[in-house]
Amino acid sequence: MNKIMLPASTPERPKSARRDIKTIVNASLARQHAAERRFRWYGLIAISLGLAFVLLMFGNIIGKGYRAFWQTYIQIPITFDLSIMDTSGSGKRDLQTIDGADYSVLVRSGLRKLFPKAEGKSQLRALYGLVSADSPYELKRKIQQTPNLIGVEKEIWLLASAQVDTLFKGNINRMLDESERSIKNDQIEWVDKLQAAGRIEEKFNIALFINGDSREPEQAGIRGALMGSLLTLLITFLLSFPIGVATAVYLEEFATKGRWTDFIEVNINNLAAVPSIVFGLLGLAVFINFFGLPRSSPLVGGLVLSLMTLPVIIIAGRAALASVPPSIRQAALGMGASKLQMVGHHVLPLAMPGMLTGSIIGMARALGESAPLLMIGMVAFIVDVPKNFFDPATVLPVQIYLWSDLPERAFVERTSAAIMILLAFMILMNGLAIILRKRFERRW
Amino acid sequence: MSKTTTIGNQTISLNDSIARNELDNQESGVQVTDYDNRQTVGKITVDKPKMVCRGVNVYYSQKHAIKNVSLDIGTNEVISFIGPSGCGKSTFLRCLNRMNDTITTCRVTGQIKLDNEDIYEKDIDVVQLRARVGMVFQKPNPFPKSIYENIAYGPRIHGMVNTKSELDELVRDSLERAGLIKEVEKRMHEPGTGLSGGQQQRLCIARAIAINPEVILMDEPCSALDPIATAKIEELIDELRENYTIVIVTHSMQQAARVSQRTAYFHLGDMIEIGDTDQIFTNPRHKLTEDYITGRFG
Repeated sequence: MNKIMLPASTPERPKSARRDIKTIVNASLARQHAAERRFRWYGLIAISLGLAFVLLMFGNIIGKGYRAFWQTYIQIPITFDLSIMDTSGSGKRDLQTIDGADYSVLVRSGLRKLFPKAEGKSQLRALYGLVSADSPYELKRKIQQTPNLIGVEKEIWLLASAQVDTLFKGNINRMLDESERSIKNDQIEWVDKLQAAGRIEEKFNIALFINGDSREPEQAGIRGALMGSLLTLLITFLLSFPIGVATAVYLEEFATKGRWTDFIEVNINNLAAVPSIVFGLLGLAVFINFFGLPRSSPLVGGLVLSLMTLPVIIIAGRAALASVPPSIRQAALGMGASKLQMVGHHVLPLAMPGMLTGSIIGMARALGESAPLLMIGMVAFIVDVPKNFFDPATVLPVQIYLWSDLPERAFVERTSAAIMILLAFMILMNGLAIILRKRFERRW
Repeated sequence: MSKTTTIGNQTISLNDSIARNELDNQESGVQVTDYDNRQTVGKITVDKPKMVCRGVNVYYSQKHAIKNVSLDIGTNEVISFIGPSGCGKSTFLRCLNRMNDTITTCRVTGQIKLDNEDIYEKDIDVVQLRARVGMVFQKPNPFPKSIYENIAYGPRIHGMVNTKSELDELVRDSLERAGLIKEVEKRMHEPGTGLSGGQQQRLCIARAIAINPEVILMDEPCSALDPIATAKIEELIDELRENYTIVIVTHSMQQAARVSQRTAYFHLGDMIEIGDTDQIFTNPRHKLTEDYITGRFG
């Protein structure tokens, strides 16, 4: 055994060793290249998987939601009969008495004119159910805008009810038994007739953007949630940005490094990792129960989200400050600038793009947050659009959560539409962060 | 105030700074061949001192970075500090305008006087001190602003000018004195960071002289520059000597020989030898100095 193990040409070893190194390196080169290729493939696979999921999500949401931006309307001949309009019987076109009129009669007679064959209580109720319950009010608004419609017969486009809308968009299976679907056989027949007559049509859904929440899906809009989000984020930004920047500047530039600053730093890092619902509980206990601020209000929502966003802004701000090269600080100090001048004139302007980016990303997170707001009562059903910081309000993500919970098919569509709008705002904010960074970035 | 210091293997008690002076001023011509003798060789005093340093010690937490250094810096002279890396020459330089204050672990003891005023006295404001003792750093560090703004910054924060035309004039004058005006005249409002390394360093010098300091500290101002840019800076230092006192730290012995009148050699925190530049480079009296300038180490 030993004999075989001995190298045959011991004296020639240096030469063969040199050749060996070349072949060894070549062999390892192949291995290195293979590893590199493999790594690139892993990366590609990971990225395409991620992209596929993003596309799937967007495709799903857009596919479900894009039709919510259109809403079905029915054209009905309405006779603005003076005898119905004038409740006082004086024969005058007085706006106050017109306000008190029963406009549902107008809608009903219009519908009956279209389908005179409908009779019986249940059939009539089905007929009247073709249009939204809001239709009488819509007529009232029309009269208030143009009072000389009184006494005239006119074709008016009225909002269809949610069932008709769902049917018209093809989301109801006509093959099902009548008892298993939300729309009656008669109604389907009428809708088909209306369609044949060109009296039913999809129009752009303005209501989605100008209405508050509603129990009727066809009337429900996101304006209330949008305003709520806006007011809440305004409070969040006004509080967390100045406080966050000031804290970051103090901790990074002025505080003497020691046990206390370490302690504070650890705590801020921990706060950034605290589950957001805990902030909601804190807000409930402190702002509502202790300070007695109005519940469900954007003020409290903004305060809670500020607590949540502050650590993010502080951490981003400190990182931005730390990335300013020390040579700039030395240059300023060497010129006889005071510490405050050094920070204010040189360090802060250079760190600002990073701070803004961090803040906007923090704000985008706050915009998408729902859990802590559930705790402080922003989850309530609120029809009115909030006008100030103390009005009860809800926010976009919570509105999505509320709508996603409702059984009507029309709300499913609106949920997706609201998600699209929320995502659009997120993309807008992140885009703004990128633009700000590019715009103010300076090289040194 | 009584201090005890160990120099080499002798323990000497220092009653005041004068005693230390007498100790340092050894007879000329005496050669020190003992490597362990860390007592300063040479004459530390000058006739018209601008700055007077006595018994300066610097500690970085536990590390003793500067050990009992005493020297005078004469008015309108260029004095250079040489020595191997880590010998403390930059640290000592930064004591002269209290830039070491920014390092929290740094502690300075002893006396440093500027025009007979102790700069480490409590009622001295570092802002005023640094306006009087300007500094140029190793790496050119213009502000990421326009050339004009770089120069205008100092005069503006110190309230040295009242009108825009005064400021314009001051900026032009400073750039002219720094020998940069011809190169940047047409691009005053372009970023200072767009200049070449040598131009940036001259911009930093122009920025320092814009506030008309009495002393300019230069911390290896040419170490990041090529020979041509270095030559320009050296020429500039020579011209500036008329109006300013200049303390320069350098790694290049040729540079020290070219620009300075006096030279101090530092070694591991001790100031080993000080004297006229000619004498230091032609006839060093301490064995360590000789070894360094003949290139035996460092």
